[in-house]
Amino acid sequence: MLLVTCPVCNATGDETDFHFGGQAHVARPATANPEGITDEQQRDYLFARINPKGLHFERVRCDRGCGKWFHAARDTMTMEFKAFYGITELPPDDVIAQAKGGWAEYFAMRKKKQK
Amino acid sequence: MTGKPYRLAEGGSRIDRAKRVTFSFDGRDIQGFAGDTVASAVLASGQKVFGRSYKYHRPRGVMGLGSEEMNALVGVGADAKREPNLRANQVEIYQGMVSESQNRWPSLTFDIGGINNKLSRFFPGGFYYKTFMWPKAFWKHVYEPVIRKAAGLGKAATGRDPDNYEHMHIHADVLVAGGGLAGILAAEAAAKAGAKVVLMDENPVLGGIADLTAGMINGACVADWLAPKIAELKAMPNVHVLVRTTVVGHYHHNFLMAAERVADHDPSLLAAGAPRHRLWKIRASHVIMATGALERPIAFANNDRPNVMLASAVRALVGRYGVSPGTNGVVFTNNDDAYLTAFALKKAGVNVQVVDSRARPDGELVARAQEEGIAVSLSSVISAVEGTLAVKAVKIAAYRKGQGRVITEKRVECDFIASSGGWNPVLHIWAHNAGKIKFDDGLQSFRPDTHNAAMTAVGAANGTMSVEATIAEAQAAGEAAAKSVLKKAKAVKAEKLEVKEPRRAALESLWFAPATGAYNEGNKHFIDFQNDVTAADLELAQREGYESVEHTKRYTTYGMATDQGKTSNINGLGVLSEATGKTIPQIGTTTFRPPYTPYSFGAIAGSLTRELFLPVRRTAVYQWHIDKGATWEPVGQWRRAYTYSGAGETKHQSITREILAVRNKVGLLDASTLGKIEIKGPDAAEFLDRMYTNTFSTLKVGKCRYGLMANELGFLTDDGVTVRLAEDHFLMHTTSGGADRIAAWLEEWLQTEWTHYKVFVTPVTEQWSQFGLAGPKARDVLAKLAPDFDVSNEAFPHMSFKVGKLGGFPVRVFRISFSGEQSYEIATPAGYGLSLWKAFLEAGAEFGIEPYGTEALHVLRAEKGYIVIGDETDGTTTAEDVGMGGMVSKKKADFIGKRSMEQAELKRAGRKQLVGLLTEDPNEVLPDGAYAVAEVKDKPPMKMIGQVTSTYMSPTLGRSIAMALIENGRARMGETISFPLEGGKVVRAKITDTVFYDKDGGRINA
Repeated sequence: MLLVTCPVCNATGDETDFHFGGQAHVARPATANPEGITDEQQRDYLFARINPKGLHFERVRCDRGCGKWFHAARDTMTMEFKAFYGITELPPDDVIAQAKGGWAEYFAMRKKKQK
Repeated sequence: MTGKPYRLAEGGSRIDRAKRVTFSFDGRDIQGFAGDTVASAVLASGQKVFGRSYKYHRPRGVMGLGSEEMNALVGVGADAKREPNLRANQVEIYQGMVSESQNRWPSLTFDIGGINNKLSRFFPGGFYYKTFMWPKAFWKHVYEPVIRKAAGLGKAATGRDPDNYEHMHIHADVLVAGGGLAGILAAEAAAKAGAKVVLMDENPVLGGIADLTAGMINGACVADWLAPKIAELKAMPNVHVLVRTTVVGHYHHNFLMAAERVADHDPSLLAAGAPRHRLWKIRASHVIMATGALERPIAFANNDRPNVMLASAVRALVGRYGVSPGTNGVVFTNNDDAYLTAFALKKAGVNVQVVDSRARPDGELVARAQEEGIAVSLSSVISAVEGTLAVKAVKIAAYRKGQGRVITEKRVECDFIASSGGWNPVLHIWAHNAGKIKFDDGLQSFRPDTHNAAMTAVGAANGTMSVEATIAEAQAAGEAAAKSVLKKAKAVKAEKLEVKEPRRAALESLWFAPATGAYNEGNKHFIDFQNDVTAADLELAQREGYESVEHTKRYTTYGMATDQGKTSNINGLGVLSEATGKTIPQIGTTTFRPPYTPYSFGAIAGSLTRELFLPVRRTAVYQWHIDKGATWEPVGQWRRAYTYSGAGETKHQSITREILAVRNKVGLLDASTLGKIEIKGPDAAEFLDRMYTNTFSTLKVGKCRYGLMANELGFLTDDGVTVRLAEDHFLMHTTSGGADRIAAWLEEWLQTEWTHYKVFVTPVTEQWSQFGLAGPKARDVLAKLAPDFDVSNEAFPHMSFKVGKLGGFPVRVFRISFSGEQSYEIATPAGYGLSLWKAFLEAGAEFGIEPYGTEALHVLRAEKGYIVIGDETDGTTTAEDVGMGGMVSKKKADFIGKRSMEQAELKRAGRKQLVGLLTEDPNEVLPDGAYAVAEVKDKPPMKMIGQVTSTYMSPTLGRSIAMALIENGRARMGETISFPLEGGKVVRAKITDTVFYDKDGGRINA
C-alpha cells in the first residue's frame, strides 16, 4: 500500500485514495498536429510504454482529495517516490539526473526542445 | 506420572489447576484446566490422533508449538459459528466449547480414505496430472465427486455469520512484530527513547519461548527476568500491546496488516459487544521484526505418526501445561537445543533417551545429559517407527553424515518422539515485500539480509540464537528505530547485565535419515505433512524435469497448504540439494506470500457487510417505487424500478402492460439516475467537439443533440443527449452507469491535455429528479399542468427544450425520446421530485398514465433499434459498426478517437455490424448472447459469425425481435442465419434493419 502525497493539495494518503493513470509524459500527436500521423506514431502513442527497472514517471489523480492530476516519480524496485510534481511540469532536475534508458532520452529531448 | 495418565502431577505455567474447564472434542467431553489449549487438554486425556492427512488419510497428531502446526487442525464452533482449520495448539479452551477433528470419515481411528495410503503408489508427486485422466467421461461423474468428498480440510460454516468484525487503522512510530525476548526489549528501548510503539504477538501470553530457553540473566532464568519487563512495558503510556494478534503481512511503505482474535477464547466478550476478530491496518515509520524462529522436523521414515512431535512442542507441553505425550520418549536431534527437552522430561519423571546424528558434539548440554544419566546415542538416527495410531517403538540405526542406507540398527520401545532438525528464522514479513534473505551455514537456514523498507530484524528472527546477543541486538535496534523516527529521541540508559548460557556445539544438517527396508516401500519421509508430500515426491519431481524449486512446489504441492511451508520449506530445499548436488542457496527459495497465518473472511470484510457492503443510491421517488411493488434492477449503485407488478400479475404481464401504455396512452419513467454533467465556460463548445465524435459547436441554444463518445482507440464508450443551455453552457446526459466515469474522463482531458481551456465540468446527477413522459398523450399531460411555456408541436419540436414552470415546479423540459414516442424528459431540483412525480400521475390519470420500469424502457428502445452502450457495444465496437458512421464528423480536425478510427482494421469491410433479427418462429425469443454460425454442424467447432446483443418479445409487434452484431451484417439483409443452442436446438432468424417499429419516425415528431 503505497503512501502518496498530492503536490496540489498536500494531502497524504494510501494509494487507494488516489487513481493511477499510467505512464507520464505521453504526448498525444493529434493535439499538436492532427494531420499526417503515421500508423507507427499512433501505435506508439497508444501502446508503446517505457517499463523500466528503477526510476519511472507516472500520472496519478488525487481521487478522494482535490481531484487534480499530477505526476509521480517512483522507483519500481524500491517503490520509493522520488518526487511528486504538477501535471504540466517536468520532474525536478535532481530527479531527471537519475533517469536512465528511455526516460533519460526523453528528458534530454525535452530539454533540447526548451532551448 | 499420576492417576491421569498424561497430565503430570505438577508443573504447567499457563494452566490453573484450580479451575476445571469442560469442552467437547468430536462429541466427547474432555476435562481440562483454564489456560489449556485443545491440544494440551486432548493429549492430557490420552488421545493422540487429531485428524487425518489430506491425501493419504494417515492418522496425525499434534506436532508443533504454535502457528507452524500442520497436522492437528480442528474446527471450532457449530453451524454458522464454525471456524475450520484452526491449529489445536493455539486454540484456547473455554467451558462448553465445541471442537472437532477434520478430514476423517467415518471416524478418526477407522478412516475409509486410509485406503489411499495403501494405494499410495498411485498417488505420486504430480498425481493430479497423471491419474484420473481416462476414460474422459469418468472425471465428471466418478472421479471428481469421490475426490471432492475425500479431500479437503475442514467444513465451512453454514449460514450467515452472526458475529461482528471490525477494522482498525493506526499509525505507529515503531511497530514491533513479536513479543518474545527480542521484541519486548526492542519495544522497551524504543518506548524509553520516546517513540509511540505498538507491539503485537500472536500468542495469548507475551514472552515468546523465553520459558523454553536455556540461560540465566542476573541470576534469574530468562522468563523470570523478562516478566517484570513485560508488566512495565504494558504500563507505559506510549506503548500499545496487543496479544492474540498476528502480523500477517508486510506491504509497501511499511503498511502492515494484523489479525486479532479478540473473543475466540472467551465468548462472554462477544455478548458484551466485542467483535470476534479485528483486522489492524498499520502504517509504521519503522518495523522491528522479532518474530522468532520455528523448529524444523527431521525427515525420517514415517515421521508423521501421532506422537512424533517437535522437541520444542514437547518442552512446551511439559513446562506450560504439565502434560507429557507419553511415559517413554526418544529425543531425535542434530543440534544441542533438543537436549533441553530431554532435561525437561527427565525432570518431570518421564523416561527419555537421546538419538543424535552428530558424531562428536562437544557442547555443554550434551555433557550435561551424560551427567544427568540420560542415554545418548551419538552417530545415530531413527530409521523406523512402529505403530500406526501411535508410536510403539523405533529403530535406531548407526549413521555417518551423508549415509543413505541402514547398516546396523536396534529396536527400542517408546511411545513418543521429540525431534529437532534445527531452527528456521521466521522471515515471512521480511520477505513479503521484497526483503532480501541469505543462507546461513551455521543455522542451515535463511536469515534476513537487506530491505528497502525501514525494517530491522532482531533476535532469532534475525538468526541470532544466543540470549546475550539477542538482548544487545534488540535494545540497540529499538533505540536506533526511535532515533530514526523522532526528531529528538531520549537517550536510553544501558542496564548492567550478567548473562550466562551454555556453550553449544554446531548443528549438522540432516535432510534425510536412512530407513529400515527398501527405499520408500512403506517408509514415507514426510517433508510437507499437511499436503502429504514426501522426500521421494520431491526427488521424483526432479527426475521428471521439474527442476526449478518453484516448479517442484507446484508439481508436488509442497509448501502450498494452509501452513504455507513453515516447516517444510527448508527441509524440502535440503532434499532437493542432496538430489541435485546443488547447494541450498543455488536452489533458492520459493516466494513468501502473505498472510503468515490464515485469518477469517469475517476479519477481511470487517463491518462492511449487509447494508454497509455497498451504498445504495436512491432517487427522490425510491420509496414510492417500493410502495408500488416495484422489483429492482441494480444500475451501478443505483436501484431502478424494473417493473411494477400488480396483485396477481406476473412480471411478464406487467412489463407488457407498461409497454402498451406508452405506445397507446402515456407512461411515466423515473429517469433520475441518468448521468447529468454541466459543462460551462467560454471554451465549452470547442471542448465538447474534442470529446464527442460529432459536432456540438454548431448546436443552437435551446436545442438538443444526441452525441457519441469514443475512446482513443476509436471504440464507443458512451452516448447521450447534450443540450445547449446557453452559448457557454451545456448539459450533458450520460448513461446511468457511466456518469462518474464520463465526468472523470472529461476532467482528465481538461487537466492533462487541453489545460488552457476555460471550462468547468460539474457532475449534477443527484441535483435533479428527471422523469420521462412518453406516449401519444404525453403533451396532453404536460399541458394539463399549466406550463408557462408553449408546448405545441410547432413551438416545442422534437430535440428542443424549455426552461420554465410546470404546475408551479421549476423545470427543464427536454423533448427527447428513447421510446420512439412523442416524449419529454422533465427535470426538477431533486427536492421537488416526488411532488412532481405525483403531480404527473394525477394529471395523467384521465389519459391512462402508467409508471413504467427499466425493462419496458429496454423493450421500447429495442423496438426502435436504439442502442445501449454495453449491450450493442462491447469495447471493440465502433460507431460505423453500429450503423452510426454518419455521426463521426469528417469536418473536425481532431476529436478523441479520430485518428484510431482511420486505421485499416477499424475501416475494414466485413467487421461485425449491428443488424436486426426476426426469428422464423415469431414466438421464439433468442437467448441473449447466442452465437450465430456460418454453418451448423453436428458438434463444435463451428465458425462463429456474430452474437445476439439484445433480444425481447415485443408486445407492440406481437412477436420476438433481436439485434445482433454479425460479420458483414449490413450486406446480408434478408439472409437467414442459424443460432445453434444448447441441446442441439437450432434457431433460424432473418437479418433485417434494426428499426422494427415506426420506421419513418412519424410518432416521435407528432
